[in-house]
Amino acid sequence: MPDKPRTLAEKLWDAHLVRAGGDEPDLLYIDLHLIHEVTSPQAFDGLRAAGRAVRRTDLTIATEDHNTPTDNLFTIADPISRTQIETLRKNCAEFGVRLHPLGDDEQGVVHVVGPQLGLTQPGMTVVCGDSHTSTHGAFGALAFGIGTSEVEHVLATQTLPQRRPKTMAVTVNGVLPEGVSAKDLILAVIARAGTGGGIGHVVEYRGEAIRALSMEGRMTVCNMSIEWGAKAGLIAPDETTFAYLEGRQHAPEGAAWDAAVEYWKTLPTDEGAEFDAEIVIDAAELTPFVTWGTNPGQGVPLGAEVPDPASFTDPVARGAAERALEYMDLAPGTKMRDVGVDVVFVGSCTNGRIEDLRGAAAVLKGRKVADGVRMMIVPGSARVRAQAESEGLHEVFIAAGADWRFAGCSMCLGMNPDKLAPGARSASTSNRNFEGRQGPGGRTHLVSPQVAAATAVAGRFASPADLDK
Amino acid sequence: MEKFTVHTGTAAPLRRSNVDTDQIIPAEYLKRVSRTGFADGLFKAWRDDPAFVLNQPRYDGATVLVTGTEFGVGSSREHAVWALQDQGFKAIVAPRFGDIFRNNALKGGLLPVELPTAAVEWLWDALEGDEPPAVTVDLAAREVRAGERTWAFPLDDFSRWRLMEGLDDIGLTLRHEADITAFEATRASWLPATQGA
Ligand code: SF4
Repeated sequence: MPDKPRTLAEKLWDAHLVRAGGDEPDLLYIDLHLIHEVTSPQAFDGLRAAGRAVRRTDLTIATEDHNTPTDNLFTIADPISRTQIETLRKNCAEFGVRLHPLGDDEQGVVHVVGPQLGLTQPGMTVVCGDSHTSTHGAFGALAFGIGTSEVEHVLATQTLPQRRPKTMAVTVNGVLPEGVSAKDLILAVIARAGTGGGIGHVVEYRGEAIRALSMEGRMTVCNMSIEWGAKAGLIAPDETTFAYLEGRQHAPEGAAWDAAVEYWKTLPTDEGAEFDAEIVIDAAELTPFVTWGTNPGQGVPLGAEVPDPASFTDPVARGAAERALEYMDLAPGTKMRDVGVDVVFVGSCTNGRIEDLRGAAAVLKGRKVADGVRMMIVPGSARVRAQAESEGLHEVFIAAGADWRFAGCSMCLGMNPDKLAPGARSASTSNRNFEGRQGPGGRTHLVSPQVAAATAVAGRFASPADLDK
Repeated sequence: MEKFTVHTGTAAPLRRSNVDTDQIIPAEYLKRVSRTGFADGLFKAWRDDPAFVLNQPRYDGATVLVTGTEFGVGSSREHAVWALQDQGFKAIVAPRFGDIFRNNALKGGLLPVELPTAAVEWLWDALEGDEPPAVTVDLAAREVRAGERTWAFPLDDFSRWRLMEGLDDIGLTLRHEADITAFEATRASWLPATQGA
């Protein structure tokens, strides 16, 4: 059926079929494999034990991010973290994998590094032993997180056995109101769909509001696809995508560029193609968003109140809300704008790119971080840091009293020295507000960079517009 | 990988939904470079509470965990599977699983068993009752049995066969190596390379 209209997801799938299932799962070819120190050591051990090589070192790239300190580029104090980083270095040297270590110009969070090098391109399959691999879907690439056994599988074979997922469209019509960002949009989608709403589906974000987003905004949206359970998030490639890619280190050039663009233009979902499910959202109704609970679906508009668990009709959701409020130490009915914070974190693969830092700087310019609040600004990569400094953003941050740091995952997860103290409350631009995610006992609220910056100034949850009042 | 056909054991009821992989094992434990020795990090935040289900002597040696919906959502860390296996679990029963966790579990031979919410609730009540029944997970028949009750669970034929034979996926894929090489010959020349091929 060559003429049957297909979705972007189906085209990507079909284009990478090494072998179509039958009794077995489909075998998919992988165009780019990203590696970091946490989920790879046991995979390399497996290769060694079986006497296998990395099949395509030229489609593999590694960086150090989760364990790296962000206050200096040289000393990893924790010996176990250091061993993990050293293990990655040894494995990359032994198996011939390109590595960008701490201190390198291209080091950074794995999902920031791939796109900025131009390695993530439309039409590709991208995997990484990290669930936020969904970020790369912003380019119209089928990108998903895998576990360590699968990392080993890709290293050995450059393929993965996979079952064809279902497809879902999230259509965001209209125009986002002033002051509402990509982060607010995706938090609102998750609050509406629930954390399990996307399980088993590849989600394509479409519609006017999505088309209007920059590449970085699109990456923020796709990044959080996994937070509502989706296997991957996708946005069809268009002129915005091509403009972002052109001239990047690994983007095609000359005649190869023309051939690539011609192919990329065939990728968007065909007229009349059917999705297994669809969610429709009106962008005009969206406002700045903030989470109150311990999963990314437990969020409300900034102007709203902490909900009453009794208002949930579903008993599972009610129980989850009760537990979340106890952990978060919040009373139902409290206005979100009345909740004070101890720490503000701007960074991560969700919101650690240059536009995010510009957004935070625009709010902080000429203002001060409130007394008693610690604000950390952590660029997603060494390149983002250099770019921010060339624009003078770091001076704005430092003048405001924020802490300007080196690239890494930092306080996105409690694995390196940047941790939330037990009981401390953060406004964080990262992607997970799970219990203990930023450190045991820490309380995380997810927000956009703009809301994070305004919150740092106000000392309690605020939007930039609130600061002018 | 160990073969899985039929397993009967003590089951522990974990009355929680949405147990994410950060709860199963926190990031702190992910720094290790080995594949075993993760049991001490399992459900770390809850283990100090004497009332926590795995601290109750009646569930000592539990090999089946019966838990709420959306178990294993969140991070891709396979350490979550390894920690559960190190603790002795052979099967996890829940209404629904996070996709990556489910994949990881199947790779490592920890059986993810999807049962309807009503079945999970029946099991919770029974397991918390005076005479908790042993739970049997029968992969051959794709059935869970406890007391007088039997429930069917879904699992595709290929995964079932792999688990029952204890087969490693890489070996299975390498049977198709000629197909992989043939596919590679068709890839567009402009696709990016991270280094000289
Ligand atoms: S920034 Fe956070 S979500 Fe992104 S890769 Fe690092 S730890 Fe994972």
